Amino acid sequence: MYWPIDLIILIFVIVCALAAIYVKDLLGTAVLFGAYSFMMCLLWAIMGAVDVAFTEASVGAGVSTVFFVAAVFRTSRRTKD
Amino acid sequence: MTELFMLIAAKYNYWLYIILMMIGLYAMIAKNNLMKKLVGMNIFQTAIILFYVSIGFKHNATIPIIMGDHGHGGHGAAIHAADYINPVPHVLMLTAIVVSVATFGVAMALCVRVYQRYHTLEEDELRMRLSEK
Repeated sequence: MYWPIDLIILIFVIVCALAAIYVKDLLGTAVLFGAYSFMMCLLWAIMGAVDVAFTEASVGAGVSTVFFVAAVFRTSRRTKD
Repeated sequence: MTELFMLIAAKYNYWLYIILMMIGLYAMIAKNNLMKKLVGMNIFQTAIILFYVSIGFKHNATIPIIMGDHGHGGHGAAIHAADYINPVPHVLMLTAIVVSVATFGVAMALCVRVYQRYHTLEEDELRMRLSEK
């Protein structure tokens, strides 16, 4: 593990998590959450867990985002916080 | 002071995992929208999974696939476990990822049903509608 890359991607993960929590539009939350999952996938590839990495890339970043966008279009995009 | 800083910097990844976990916990407790709570739950789960995968990591080791012809002939050098990253946490956390996506899907379906019935996803409005009846 080459530690500067690890540290930079960990900081990106935390920034994506905070942005997904604080953005005031649920569609924006969905997109930022997909970015968060993809950053997490990169982190696992760095740690040598390649099987976990491509499961996360397909299931976490793919299927979860599709679920989230579908649920947002069936409900509302409005959020108060 | 520098000793304390070195102590924190040596395990920087664990501190950042704890920060990530606390972000998830905060979102689950303090956010008003049900979808935001779900995002917090997922962040919490991925922080725990990240911690478990990171404790299987070894320096100067490669991914857990046996190199060369060690698996076939039985001749040659012995396989050293220190040369390979520990695969047991990876396999356990693979199951946890699939479970987390299933949880997320069911929770989204419940959110859609709540919205169809009460026409809101905000927790305070939901409480108000429930107390009206």
